[in-house]
Amino acid sequence: MTRSGPGWVAAGIVAALILGPLVAVFMRAEAGAQVLTSDWSAVRFTILQAALSALLSIALAIPVARALARRAFRGRGILITLLGAPFILPVIVAVLGLLAVFGRAGIVNTALAWLGLPPVSIYGLQGVVLAHVFFNLPLATRIILQGWQGIPSERFRLAANLGLSGVQVARFLEWPMLRAVVPGALMVVFAICLSSFAVALTLGGGPRATTVELAIYQAFNFDFDLGRAARLAVIQLVLAGSAAVVAFWAAVPAGFGAGLGRVVRRWEAETWGARALDAGWIGLAAGFLIVPLAMIFLNGVSGLTQVPGAVWRAAGVSVTIALISTALCVALALSLAMVRRGWAEVVALMGIAVSPLVIGTGLFVIVNPWMDPARLAMPVTALVNALMALPFAMRVLAPDVARTEADFGRLADALSLRGWARLRWLILPRLRPALGFSAGLAGALSMGDLGVVALFADPDFATLPLQMYRLMGAYRMEAAAGAGLILLALSLGVFWIFDRGGRGDVDA
Amino acid sequence: MLTLENVVIRQDDFELRADFEVPRGARVSVIGPSGAGKTTLLNVIAGFFEPSAGRVLWEGRDITRKPPGERGISLLFQDNNLFPHLTVAQNVGLGIDPGLRLTPAQKAQVEAALERVGLAGMGGRKPGRLSGGQQGRAGLARILVQGKPLILLDEPFAALGPALRAEMLALVEDVASEIGATLLMVSHDPGDARRLGGLAILVAEGRAEPPVPVADLLDHPSPVLRDYLGD
Repeated sequence: MTRSGPGWVAAGIVAALILGPLVAVFMRAEAGAQVLTSDWSAVRFTILQAALSALLSIALAIPVARALARRAFRGRGILITLLGAPFILPVIVAVLGLLAVFGRAGIVNTALAWLGLPPVSIYGLQGVVLAHVFFNLPLATRIILQGWQGIPSERFRLAANLGLSGVQVARFLEWPMLRAVVPGALMVVFAICLSSFAVALTLGGGPRATTVELAIYQAFNFDFDLGRAARLAVIQLVLAGSAAVVAFWAAVPAGFGAGLGRVVRRWEAETWGARALDAGWIGLAAGFLIVPLAMIFLNGVSGLTQVPGAVWRAAGVSVTIALISTALCVALALSLAMVRRGWAEVVALMGIAVSPLVIGTGLFVIVNPWMDPARLAMPVTALVNALMALPFAMRVLAPDVARTEADFGRLADALSLRGWARLRWLILPRLRPALGFSAGLAGALSMGDLGVVALFADPDFATLPLQMYRLMGAYRMEAAAGAGLILLALSLGVFWIFDRGGRGDVDA
Repeated sequence: MLTLENVVIRQDDFELRADFEVPRGARVSVIGPSGAGKTTLLNVIAGFFEPSAGRVLWEGRDITRKPPGERGISLLFQDNNLFPHLTVAQNVGLGIDPGLRLTPAQKAQVEAALERVGLAGMGGRKPGRLSGGQQGRAGLARILVQGKPLILLDEPFAALGPALRAEMLALVEDVASEIGATLLMVSHDPGDARRLGGLAILVAEGRAEPPVPVADLLDHPSPVLRDYLGD
């Protein structure tokens, strides 16, 4: 059928954008093939922090998910929606919130000083892991909660009828589910943390807390050692690429809050002890999530007056980039989703296997001999952001395309709906909610991204996250907090407008 | 005339053979046990499934490899006959132009078809706001404007009650006569076949038998058919 025509074009664009820079990187890396000890320490730290982040996130997510699965309470729906928020929360904004709670002058250290205890530091390994747990505990909780809700309620009824105790229910019903779900969740979090850049940039650094992604940036920015950057890019590709592909197949959040609304009645858990335990876990998780967010808001409001004009200019740049990136991402994702073949999904997945900084390095190497790369900062950022969001957009769109074709494909064929007419009268209207949701994701991810732009930008150019980072580097924390609130509002706003736009006027 | 010439349909370990002719303008019921391949047979005629061997001909022209929209066939399935996101009038209009660029005369034609099937003034509604019977009528209105010479129905009224089903069958008859079309209808209910009259094709045990008058088939059932009918 002619329907895969645009899919081939999209696949060609994506493959060229990913493979071209990779080839450029490989050719550079061979020039300086000597792997340094500092490279190895970056690899070691990357794996260590990712492993710790994954273990801690999952270990905490299991009791939280169990509590959410078996307790109905006021605000449960809001809390579950909130668990989806970190996915579109700009990393640098979250870091600012965490600094307000766990930083030198944060709530925790103030309390410790009041008690006469020594302060804790948020910088280094513990800070990187803390930020990663902040982002991935909610994600892990949602994945595991889905596992819990996959256990049919009849099983729990049967367990109650047989008089099984809490331990026995755990052994016969919950443990088998966890054994199936937890490895995938661990891999997802591990893979996400392997490619950590913005968190390591802000909370890590130094020889003992540098990830490979951060090392690529440093080789670029401080030493302008393209050979080393390219070599690190190859290392990162092998490291993150293999883990990411495994993890993405294992599990990825397909929707925010879909199908998580049900609470299963659990007879064996109706003791006071179990209730108190669940309340404790829910309270802890909610606090860990809500307090930094509240601090972002409070500090941001008072910092708004301090915001320099550069922030508003950067906001304009970021919105422009986000809109271009969203349009590009959704067009590519829809073209690939309509192919409905395995290879199309593999093409989309390439975006998650390759890190933004690796692509950025390659593009820089390609462009550098011809023109000043800084002039391409805007299109390159938009392009790379679109590629990063592509796997997620594809995951959202592909099932809906498949369902639409299964339900209405024969009718459309019988009516000779082909090409544009099929898109206009069948695909676009049926996919409207999914298109809105994926556009929202792509827009918010692009708004908050602090990655490849750091390689390309010169001092006169900045996106809002980069501008915020510069303010933080200059210790202008109040202005940074104000910029953070603007960035948060823009990211959530972009997501909300697109997602909302997709939902209006839904028929059957 | 519809001709199936030594057609062999294979799907995994399922096999169905068909070799028969349907005279032009006939009313034909396709009956047989479930899983025997009634719908598959219709899918081959409509162009959704390619036969492993043999040819499908319409008026002597080979249509075996033609895409579904170019075979001169209009269809009504068990469900999903209307796009839920388009209005009833748009759904009917797609039968005239897949791009939905309709001239005023064509719009009037849609309106007239809706009136003919008893849906006057309901063109602006979305299918979700119609009853099951009304949705069937909207599908028939589209068949009316399509005006194709062959109509295939795949148990389109299976979800309706007996009285409403009889009413819809009568309307199908009327629509087919107005167009002068040949009618092929899959049904699991022998009563429907009797009501439609005309011919019947028995699909059973890997074969689609040539059409014979309904009464002959049902009054003197073969052993296979007797097992299916259960009497």
